[in-house]
Amino acid sequence: MLWYTGKRLLQMIPVFFGATLLIYFMVFSLPGDPIAALYGDRPPAPGVIEQIRAQYNLDKPFIVQYFIYIGNFFQGDLGTTYSGRPVSDVMAKAFPITARLALLALAIEAFFGILVGLIAGLRKGKFFDASALVVSLLLISVPTFVIGFVLQYVFAVKLGWARTTVSSEAPFNELLLPALVLASVSFAYIVRLTRASVSDNLNADFVRTATAKGLSRRRVVGVHVLRNSLVPVVTFLGVDLGSLMVGAIVTEGIFNINGVGGTVYKAIKLGEGPTVVSFIAVMVVIFVLANLLVDLLYAALDPRIRYAK
Amino acid sequence: MPNKNPNAQTHYVAALEETPVETVDRLDESQKARSTWADAWDAMRVRPSFWISSALIFLIVIVALFPSLFAHVSPTSCDLGDSHGAPSDGHPLGYTRQGCDIYARIIFGTQASLTVGLLATILVTFTGIIVGALAGYYGGMLDSIVSRIGDIFFAVPTVLGAIVLMSVLPERTPVTIALVLSLFAWPQIARIMRGAVLSARNSDYVTASIALGVSKFKILLRHVVPNSIAPVIVIATVSLGTFIVAEATLSFLGIGLPPNVMSWGNDIDAAKSSLRTNPQVLLYPAAALSVTVLAFLMLGDVVRDALDPEARARR
Amino acid sequence: MLSGCASGESTPKAATGDTAAIISTNGSEPQNPLIPTNTTETGGGKITTSLFAGLVSYNAKGETENEVAKSIESDDAQNWTVTINDGWKFTDGEAVTASSFVDAWNFGAKFSNAQSASYFFDDIAGFSYDADSELTGLKVVDDKTFTVELASPEADWPLRLGYTAFMPLPSSAYADMAAFGENPIGNGPYMLAKKGAWEHEVKIDLVTNPDYDGVRKPVNGGLSIVFYASQDAAYADVQGGNLDVLDAVPDAAFASYESDFPDRFVNQPAAIFQGFNMPYYLEHWSGEEGKLRRAAISMSIDRKEITDVIFQGTRTPATDFTSPVIDGYSDSLKGADVLAYNPKEAKAKWAEADKIAPYTGTFDLAYNSDGGHAAWVDAVTNSIKNTLGIEAIGKPYPTFAAALDDRKGDKLTGGTRAGWQGDYPSLYNFLAPLYQTGAGSNYEDYSSPEFDKLIKDGAAASSVEAATKKYQEAQEVLLKDLPTIPLWYSNVTGVWSDKVDNVVFGWDSVPLYSNITKSE
Repeated sequence: MLWYTGKRLLQMIPVFFGATLLIYFMVFSLPGDPIAALYGDRPPAPGVIEQIRAQYNLDKPFIVQYFIYIGNFFQGDLGTTYSGRPVSDVMAKAFPITARLALLALAIEAFFGILVGLIAGLRKGKFFDASALVVSLLLISVPTFVIGFVLQYVFAVKLGWARTTVSSEAPFNELLLPALVLASVSFAYIVRLTRASVSDNLNADFVRTATAKGLSRRRVVGVHVLRNSLVPVVTFLGVDLGSLMVGAIVTEGIFNINGVGGTVYKAIKLGEGPTVVSFIAVMVVIFVLANLLVDLLYAALDPRIRYAK
Repeated sequence: MPNKNPNAQTHYVAALEETPVETVDRLDESQKARSTWADAWDAMRVRPSFWISSALIFLIVIVALFPSLFAHVSPTSCDLGDSHGAPSDGHPLGYTRQGCDIYARIIFGTQASLTVGLLATILVTFTGIIVGALAGYYGGMLDSIVSRIGDIFFAVPTVLGAIVLMSVLPERTPVTIALVLSLFAWPQIARIMRGAVLSARNSDYVTASIALGVSKFKILLRHVVPNSIAPVIVIATVSLGTFIVAEATLSFLGIGLPPNVMSWGNDIDAAKSSLRTNPQVLLYPAAALSVTVLAFLMLGDVVRDALDPEARARR
Repeated sequence: MLSGCASGESTPKAATGDTAAIISTNGSEPQNPLIPTNTTETGGGKITTSLFAGLVSYNAKGETENEVAKSIESDDAQNWTVTINDGWKFTDGEAVTASSFVDAWNFGAKFSNAQSASYFFDDIAGFSYDADSELTGLKVVDDKTFTVELASPEADWPLRLGYTAFMPLPSSAYADMAAFGENPIGNGPYMLAKKGAWEHEVKIDLVTNPDYDGVRKPVNGGLSIVFYASQDAAYADVQGGNLDVLDAVPDAAFASYESDFPDRFVNQPAAIFQGFNMPYYLEHWSGEEGKLRRAAISMSIDRKEITDVIFQGTRTPATDFTSPVIDGYSDSLKGADVLAYNPKEAKAKWAEADKIAPYTGTFDLAYNSDGGHAAWVDAVTNSIKNTLGIEAIGKPYPTFAAALDDRKGDKLTGGTRAGWQGDYPSLYNFLAPLYQTGAGSNYEDYSSPEFDKLIKDGAAASSVEAATKKYQEAQEVLLKDLPTIPLWYSNVTGVWSDKVDNVVFGWDSVPLYSNITKSE
């Protein structure tokens, strides 16, 4: 197990270089001159743009830009945004908020998704199952901006139970509403996944055996059915963590959260290579660690899965 | 050791019920292969939800192929004078903000939306199944390489990838949209498939098959994949809907379908600013999307049950 | 003069608010450190105008009022003498002198400083676009007086002096300009609440400057400018009571803001002109055929209906190339009928052009999709399509950079969205940078000797009135050529909570913060 974990951590190195190179290249390939666009409809004097381009090394070939970035990276310098702020400062502000939001959303979707999916799977074809289906369909078909708008309007503007937007400290109670919105689509996935696995496993022999052995239904369902149903759900949650962090652009916009999704989106639109790459480099590490954690959880959930060597 | 291995044993039992032991021993491959799919078909066709969902999908496909059979009003002749107009004769759902007929736009938008949703789902599912199955089953170096490539792809923000690719591609069609969406989404299904295969590959029936001298690759195809595919089908059917919605996001970013191509996504996005005063403009295309997703969810359920030997054996 | 569609403007009451109350309002993260000569976007602009006081400032109508200046005088419109008032000082105690202006302007103009507003100094003698050179036209006479020599006469030169680029700087700024931009020291009505009051991407806190004694003396205790990535979030915050004043209603609320905020909203024309340009390098769009087609397209657009339906009256149909809040605006220029919806005439002109060379293909209109333009572009192309019977669609670009690249590279396949927000309230600012031959923002390469001459004559005119006349004649040339098809003027739309009062918006779409009163 230790060897396996160590091997996986070592694999982070090629993934880091592969992802940063690919993403830096993509930002480089974005159409248009990012510096000229900074000035909007009012272009500065002709010499100004050239000077600023040189300041950000944009006048150099792609591969040179990349190695300058990587070289600085290993000296702890992540470059600056086009407004002159160190990228490390931007990251230090965005990541803690996003981490709280994503983990909260993950907890919400995992808890309610598994609970609803479990009950739906146990009562397949019954009223609860049908209701869960309708809710899932609704969450799939209605885009996030609508769900966000409606929840914000009802709970914050009308009822006043929550703050309309999240303040700069972003405490957990203010993040609850955005986390609900963020969790909504994934919730549908988890309900469907859990329901399918549970209903399959209910028919499995080990459940019949366990029931025959006289175990209570609660124990049969809680220990045997649920545990065996969790492998795909846990995999999904592991993959979803990344989407919740980078993909929260719409939710962050609705609740004015200064997080990773919005920052990366803005940096992409501005063509800010160092910002995009630095954020994604951290995200890659998070992906790899989350996936590693999931793989280790497999072994706990399903004794058949063993990592030889 | 108490048997905690659901799939393995029951599959073994199920196979015994259906196939004489000698057949297994002889490994008559043609017969075995036939029986998996034939069994699945037998299991599916007795389910009412199979026929309901198939009929719905058939109808949706017909609408997509021949929209003019269902709507006689042009979806592109829009007059601001009709903006947010109420339903009237020949315009059963009323008008959009731009004064276009909502019903006609939904009918004519089916083609693009269905193409995006279906094609992206198919691409993602096949890539995901193949990559995930190979990674999970063979493990080791192959798993490491393939999984890490998946990590890199998954790390690319879809917005970034889409802007770059869409700027390079000469044309924007539902097909190119589906390609771009699937390029960054396959690692998800691959991970799910890999997880399921990891569970299945150490099963008793796999061990048994190896003992019987069946080649590793054949075991993968015949036993491991069918027993691991259930969660993938679930994810795929839900993804169909999210891909159709994702097309709206691309339109919003200006890298979606051109404005003269009708799609539910385009309409859902355009309805955003009418949300406070005229929510019906948003509800109708969303409802069309719901019905489509529902049809595929139901079909997915039936197929999953049919491919799952235990559920089948019970009936 | 258009009276504007201002409605619900509250009648100013006596200032009864709490003089210590902090007004919260919306803003956006400034693009650059807060250095006046490097602030040419609105996010930073509304902060720098609060932190600094220039020679003049603008009142709600866009008229200039002397602030630091005692007088700005000239006999020939080319050599100006500026005298400044006594008693002005920066918040670090340094007195505001003639050098505070002269040094700041020299800094802003210097080539190697690469300031975004450097071109604002290009009419001062000694300016150079490609090498470091001193503004020899600026001379300090004594502590309170300096003279300015322009390259050529400009009667309305003082009009621009309220723009951020012309603010004074304390001498401590030059040692480390980047650090100064983080914690700027000004002489304006407000100052930073403390060192580090600018919380990046979140907000900036300002408090009243006790030493300020100009025409914008605040009746409140300060400002908290909260940065929003989306106006929808800001709107929800005003509804939820977390924000006092919002100066831009999001389009999703156009239909409901008047009922959401009865008697607490404003909707009046602002100094923002919007239209779309047809490039001259495209087939069919130059020469006599081009003139006919431009006129036909312009007359095929029902501006009134689009501003009513799509914008719910938050835009005002265009009748010239400037804005109703600018002195010299006109709704009766010769040839302005080309801006009225006239389907019959449009079809006739289009048919006439077809006789010169038949039109084939699709008419497209380029825009950047991240600016919320899709709805009106669809409406405009639909209007063209319905009137002329040609295929017309919008052509979205993913980013402003991508759209700009095609504009600059002459790679457009059709029209392109074009807009202009006035830097300072003058006709010149709406015309010269956009349509003069070779001007910075004249991407579609319009060139008319007649227009250029009128602009030059206008600039050199002996009085503002004479200048206005020339600028209006110049616009009549534009109406014939239509390098841009004018669409409408953007209105300023604002709402405010019931805790605040006396909310009046300036010519630049920003509330006059110093007048706002607040009671708990």
